[in-house]
Amino acid sequence: MKRRTLLASGAAAALSTAFGAPLRAQEKTKVGFIYVGPINDGGWTQYHHHSAGEMVTHFGDSVELVYQESVPEGPDAERAMTQMALGGADIIFTTSFGFMDPTINVAAKFPNVKFEHATGYKSAENVSTYSARFYEGRAIQGHLTGKMTKTNKVGYIASVPIPEVVRGINSAYLHASKVNPDVEFKIIWIFEWLNPAKEADAAKALIEQGCDVILQHTDSTAPHAAAREAGNVYTFGQAADMAEYGPMPRISSIIDNWAPYYIERVQAVMDGTWTTSNRWDGIGTGMVGIGEISDAVPADIKAEAEAMRDAIADGSYHPFTGPINKQDGSVWLAEGEVADDGALAGLNFYVEGVDGDIPS
Amino acid sequence: MGDINIIFLLAAVIVASTPILLAAIGELVVERAGVLNLGVEGMMITGAVCGYIAGHETSSAVAGFAGAAVGGACVAAIFGVLTLFLLTNQVATGLALTLFGVGLAAMVGQGYSTDTQVLVPKLAIPLLSDIPAIGHIFFKHDLLVYISIALVAAVGYFLRHTRGGLVLRAVGENHEAAHALGYNVRLIRFGAILFGGACAGIGGAYISLVRVPQWTDGITAGAGWIALAIVVFASWKPGRLVAGAYLFGGVTALQLNLQATGLAIPVEYLSMSPYIATIVVLVVLSGSRGPGSLGKTFHASR
Repeated sequence: MKRRTLLASGAAAALSTAFGAPLRAQEKTKVGFIYVGPINDGGWTQYHHHSAGEMVTHFGDSVELVYQESVPEGPDAERAMTQMALGGADIIFTTSFGFMDPTINVAAKFPNVKFEHATGYKSAENVSTYSARFYEGRAIQGHLTGKMTKTNKVGYIASVPIPEVVRGINSAYLHASKVNPDVEFKIIWIFEWLNPAKEADAAKALIEQGCDVILQHTDSTAPHAAAREAGNVYTFGQAADMAEYGPMPRISSIIDNWAPYYIERVQAVMDGTWTTSNRWDGIGTGMVGIGEISDAVPADIKAEAEAMRDAIADGSYHPFTGPINKQDGSVWLAEGEVADDGALAGLNFYVEGVDGDIPS
Repeated sequence: MGDINIIFLLAAVIVASTPILLAAIGELVVERAGVLNLGVEGMMITGAVCGYIAGHETSSAVAGFAGAAVGGACVAAIFGVLTLFLLTNQVATGLALTLFGVGLAAMVGQGYSTDTQVLVPKLAIPLLSDIPAIGHIFFKHDLLVYISIALVAAVGYFLRHTRGGLVLRAVGENHEAAHALGYNVRLIRFGAILFGGACAGIGGAYISLVRVPQWTDGITAGAGWIALAIVVFASWKPGRLVAGAYLFGGVTALQLNLQATGLAIPVEYLSMSPYIATIVVLVVLSGSRGPGSLGKTFHASR
C-alpha cells in the first residue's frame, strides 16, 4: 500500500471512529479475510475464499471484500491484520488456528473492528470464534475406511498436533475399528498445513507400508495423486470436494461450507447487532458437507454411511458416544455417555487402540 | 509394526533429493562466478509452474522440463540485468526475485490446478535394473535423476579441468583481476546466472511433474532455501554437494518413513539435524572460504 493511501485510509478510519456508527452505516461494509494459504490451494483456504465470494454475491454492492493470502502464522500475521484494520475493515475473519494470539492482540488495539477467528478458543469483546465439527465427517470416513480396507492398514497424514486434528484421528479410528476390529492406523505428522511435496512423500511411505486407505488432514491434493499412481488405494477429499480425483481414489470428502455463517455475521455487522459468540456447527447446519460417495463404494456400504450422516445431522447420533477408553486403557466415556464440547475442544489424547504418541 | 523397507527408503531419498540437488548445482556455479543469487526459491517455483504448463499442453515430459529451464532462466535473466548492468544489491535483488517468482507462479498457474497429470517415463537401465536391491535403488528412476548426477559430474569437471572453468572461477575469486586480464566479467556472470536459473527451474519442475505430480501454489515449499544452504554446506565443491543434497533429502524421507512404521522418534531433532550439520561444517571448515568476490558488485571503472 502506498504511504499516501495508507495515511488517507488511516484518517478515514480515525474519522469514522470519531463519528461512530451513523457515518459508517451509509458506507459499504468492508469485510477482510486473512488466509494462511493461497486461494487456489484446492482445500482449506480455497473454500474459505469460495465462501467469502458467496457472501459477496449475497450482499452485492453493499460489501467490499479485502483479503490477504499466504499469511504466515506468527508475528507477520499481526502486521497483516493491523494493516487491514487501518484500511477501514469493519469485520476481519482470520482463518487459521495459528492466528489466534495475533487476532487477540490486534483486536485489543481496534475495539471498533469486529474479529472472527476460525478454529481457536480465545475470544474477547470484539473477537468471536467459529469452527466446524469436522469430526462428524471423520466418523463417516472412518466407517467407509473400516469397510473398504483389505490390508487393515490405514494411513493418516496429520498436520499440526492441535485438538482439532486429534479429534479427527480419534473419530475416524473409533468408527473404523467399530466395523473392523483389526484395523490399524499409521499416522504421519508433517507439522504443516500445506506442503504438497511432503504430503506426496508421506502418502508414498504409507502406501509402501501396506496402507490401502489414506486419510489426510492436510490441504493439498498431492496424496490423491500418489494414491492414483499406486492403484488400489482409497482417499478422501479434505476441506474441498476434490472430485477431480473421483471415483477412484477419492471415494468421499469433507467439504467446508462457511458461506451461511459469513453471511449471517456480516449481516449482524450491518445491522449493528454483532456480539461476540462461539459457534461450532456440524453436518446439521451444513457447515460440514459430506461429498458424494463415489461408485467405487458398494451400494450397501454407501447406504450405511449415508444413514450415519443423516443420524448425525438430526442429532440422534453423536460420534463420541461411550463406552470409549483413553489410549492408556482408562475410562473416558462410560456406556451411553456423550462427550461434552469442553472436553472435545481441548482433546489431547488418543483413544484406545491408536498407536503412538501425539507430538508435543 | 512393520519395518522400514531399506530399498524403498533409499529410492524415496533419491526422489526427495533430486530437486534440491538440481537447484543447488546451478546455484553453485552462480556463486563460483561471484554472484550470490538468493532467488533460488522464486526460480524453482517459476520452473515448476512453467514445466507443468508446458508438459500439460504438449503431453510431453521433455517439453515440460525444457519449458521449466526456459522459465527459470527468464526469471534469472531479470536478476542478471538488475545486478550486473543496473548494479543493484545482490542480496536485496535475490530476495525480491523470490517474492516475485512465487507471485508470478501463482498468477500463471491459475486454472492449472490439480486435475491433470503429465507422466514422465521412468528410464530403467536394462540389465543393471535387474540386479536385486541395488537395481531397484539406483537404476529404476526417471531420467532426471541420472541427468542430475551427470550434471554434477560435468560441472565438477568443467570447474576443475577446463579453461572455461578456470576463467569462471577467476571471475568469482577476483573480478577486478579477471577484468584486467581482459575477461568479460559481466558476460560470464550473466551466463552463469542463466545456467543457475535453468537448473533451478528444472529442479522445480521435478517436483511438479514427478514428485507430487501436480501444480499447487507454494509447491516448492522452501526447497530453494535448502538448496542455498547445501551450497554453503558443500563449501562450494560439487562432490560434497551430492552428499549434502542426499543428507537433506534423506532426513525428510527418513522421518516420514519412521513415522509410517510407528517408531516413536522425536521428529523435531531429525528435522533440524541437517541444519546443525551445516553449522558444524561451517565451523569445522572455517578455513575454506567462499569465492573471493562473492556478493560484491562489479563495475569496470572502479
